[in-house]
Amino acid sequence: MEGKKFSLFDFIYKYGTVAVIVIVMLLFSLTNPYFFTYDNITDILRSISIVTFVAIGVTFSLIVGGFDLSVGSTVSLTTVVSASMMVWYEQGVFATLVVPIVLSLIVGLVNAFLVVKIRIPDLLATLAMLYIVNGLHMTYSKGYSIYANMPMEDGSMAPGKFQEWFLWLGQGKIFSLPVPVILTFLLVAITHVYLTYTRQGRMLYMTGGNLEAARLSGIPVNRYRTLAYVLSALFAGLGGMLLAARIGTGQVSSGSSMLMDAVAAAFVGFSVFGAGKPNVFGTFVGAILIGVLLNGMTMLNLPYFAYDIIKGTVLALALAVTYYQLRRKRKA
Amino acid sequence: MAIPVASVNGNLVYLGVRKVSSLQMKGIVKQFSGVPALRSVDFEVKAGEVHALLGANGAGKSTLMKILTGAYQADGGSIVIDGKEVSIQSPQDAKALGIQCVYQEVDTALIPYLSVTENILLDQIVSKSSKGLMNWQRLHKEAESILQGFGFSIPVRMLVEECSLSEKQLILIARATVQKAKYVIFDEPTAPLSTKESERLFLIIDQLKKAGVGIIYISHRLPEIFGICDRITVMRDGQLIATSETAATTMDEVIGNMLGKSFDEEFPKVEVPIGEVILEADGVAGGKVRGVDLSVREGEIVGVVGLVGAGKTELARLLFGADAAEAGRVRLKGKEVRLRSPKDAVDAGIGLVPEERRKEGIFVEESVKNNLSVSTLWKGSHLGFIRRGAEAGQARELVQRLGVKTADIGQLVGYLSGGNQQKVAIGKWLDTDAQVFMFDEPTKGVDIGAKSDIYRLIGKLAEQRKGVLYFSCEFAEVLGIADRILVMFEGKIVRELSRAEATQERIMYYASGGE
Repeated sequence: MEGKKFSLFDFIYKYGTVAVIVIVMLLFSLTNPYFFTYDNITDILRSISIVTFVAIGVTFSLIVGGFDLSVGSTVSLTTVVSASMMVWYEQGVFATLVVPIVLSLIVGLVNAFLVVKIRIPDLLATLAMLYIVNGLHMTYSKGYSIYANMPMEDGSMAPGKFQEWFLWLGQGKIFSLPVPVILTFLLVAITHVYLTYTRQGRMLYMTGGNLEAARLSGIPVNRYRTLAYVLSALFAGLGGMLLAARIGTGQVSSGSSMLMDAVAAAFVGFSVFGAGKPNVFGTFVGAILIGVLLNGMTMLNLPYFAYDIIKGTVLALALAVTYYQLRRKRKA
Repeated sequence: MAIPVASVNGNLVYLGVRKVSSLQMKGIVKQFSGVPALRSVDFEVKAGEVHALLGANGAGKSTLMKILTGAYQADGGSIVIDGKEVSIQSPQDAKALGIQCVYQEVDTALIPYLSVTENILLDQIVSKSSKGLMNWQRLHKEAESILQGFGFSIPVRMLVEECSLSEKQLILIARATVQKAKYVIFDEPTAPLSTKESERLFLIIDQLKKAGVGIIYISHRLPEIFGICDRITVMRDGQLIATSETAATTMDEVIGNMLGKSFDEEFPKVEVPIGEVILEADGVAGGKVRGVDLSVREGEIVGVVGLVGAGKTELARLLFGADAAEAGRVRLKGKEVRLRSPKDAVDAGIGLVPEERRKEGIFVEESVKNNLSVSTLWKGSHLGFIRRGAEAGQARELVQRLGVKTADIGQLVGYLSGGNQQKVAIGKWLDTDAQVFMFDEPTKGVDIGAKSDIYRLIGKLAEQRKGVLYFSCEFAEVLGIADRILVMFEGKIVRELSRAEATQERIMYYASGGE
């Protein structure tokens, strides 16, 4: 009896998240014939592409044993800045891509400085940065979303518009696959390979696994922690640019809802295939789970304000499984 | 208004111990997962006496005291106070019986961001019977008068985090008396104190003694024990060896009792020709370490011994760049090296197997393979990619060489036994270019089999012309393995002994402050 119960738990632990996704998809497709169509599936993937970018950033900060709360604000910042480069300043490819990327790298470096050098606890330091970066993007945009032909302060119209190549990043297709989905797959593949097969990836995990032991093994732990915060901000920044490309507007505060979804995806990822630690593939599955739920609930015409209840419940369940397993492991 | 410490001034009424009361522990037995820690120990402390409890590390002193304070429950035996058997199931029970402990780590028992008054009168303030409103004026006065009873004044409104170590100790003692302590355990109270602060502590202990409190005094420092204690009890290997009046015994006898005569473990010492100097340290200082010179030669095993708290771990960490040195120079093969971080030390060719294995030595949530490759991965990768085949091969080879008992190199290290974890912690250095290996208490919590494996391994390193620094408080071990022994006391190397002239007695003598 005991043995059977344990193996059931092990099954849930390893395959629970994936099983939930499959069950939910089955349920939704039974209630709505449109759900399980190619169009809808790519739609789901497209809808989660940006959250996946942000969540992979969060995964990096979790891997080194840290936490980055500022990613949502970074998304808002690069959304607005990339839009303004085109709409306000009529810039070309170079400035539109480079300026937001550089800004997000700076955010990452400041986070790393506060956490690694000044030694403010990660949650608090990045909470402060959440406010600062959010305030910066509001100040910069004066609180207005940025779109083509928007009225400027002096009464004139904004000179530029969203350029084709930029919109293609968020809305285009290659062989009927949406470009943002392709970009997401690329990012997942590259970061997965980086974390699993390279020395730096291993060192990031070792640093998070036991900071002092890593330091005493000769690993330059502060360099790796800095790297993690910089990558976290970078991926959030890329996510923000993708968001602008997708909706064709530099929406203000668009990133604030991203933080929680990204964190949820990363933590759900702990439990995928029983990894028990932050991992890119799990994070991707977590993002898919959230996307599937949202999509299905929209189709079922559930009131949108109830979505958070479902999201929170899923997160709590995934965490319960992960931490229960952790406790069992500790006892063993 | 009750001010319990009024009793300190020679008036015993308040403590209610008019006739000589006593606390007796009889036939105490305790096992930890089948390993006996205490084998039928009898111990007694009388009111108004200072009773020293002595023993080498692992003798069972702290286990015995933890049973008395309710932190552990005994597997057998009884505790009798004033002829009545009592049951101590929890720290609350012990407190209710008037048993208090002044821990060595005073900070664990104090609340740093509360005032001195609040910390002294903690029980009174949190007790259910206290009224909802605090009369701070009165409480501060009360705390003040308690401290004055000891002849001290600490500003009672000051936060405890701003107090010095000795003041914190005093606060703990004051709290113990407020809580009507009849028996107080002092656990190495002078270890962090200066000589002057120690003198003050002895005065307080004397006052407590005169007030009829029974004191159990744990310390490694023989001179002070002979100065203030009435009786001395020595434990070894979980047994009581002897209890005697201080006047009727000598330091030599006590040391003899602590060490025992027969130590039948075999230490396979391999004789290796000793070569050039590899590592030299000049005046290294920082934290507890107050200026240490030492050198290690090729093929030489240098033992650094001292009692717990002598500064061995701190010295090892300074030589490894894990803590910042305040002064001193380190040369490796004649070349000066700057040790700002452990990475500098590793790059220069120094490896450290740290004392706190689980916290500092290994990654419990990672596999044996990942643990073993952590310091050599830069060699085993190509364009930044890990060569997985080579990594696994290295891991298998090391597991064999070290005799790690593991099912598989993919096993998480957290699941291995203590001895095998330690072998992994050592193993990560074996394939590096390290010239000097430092071991900090490498046999702590390790079974006999793994111990002799570890000694053999260290012997092999010496054969390969490496230099070894072996930090330990296990004298017998160091005597068996080291070519040369440096004795540490209070952050300094007080004596160097050659293998031929060293004996456990001599080491103990110098390690406990003998001149």
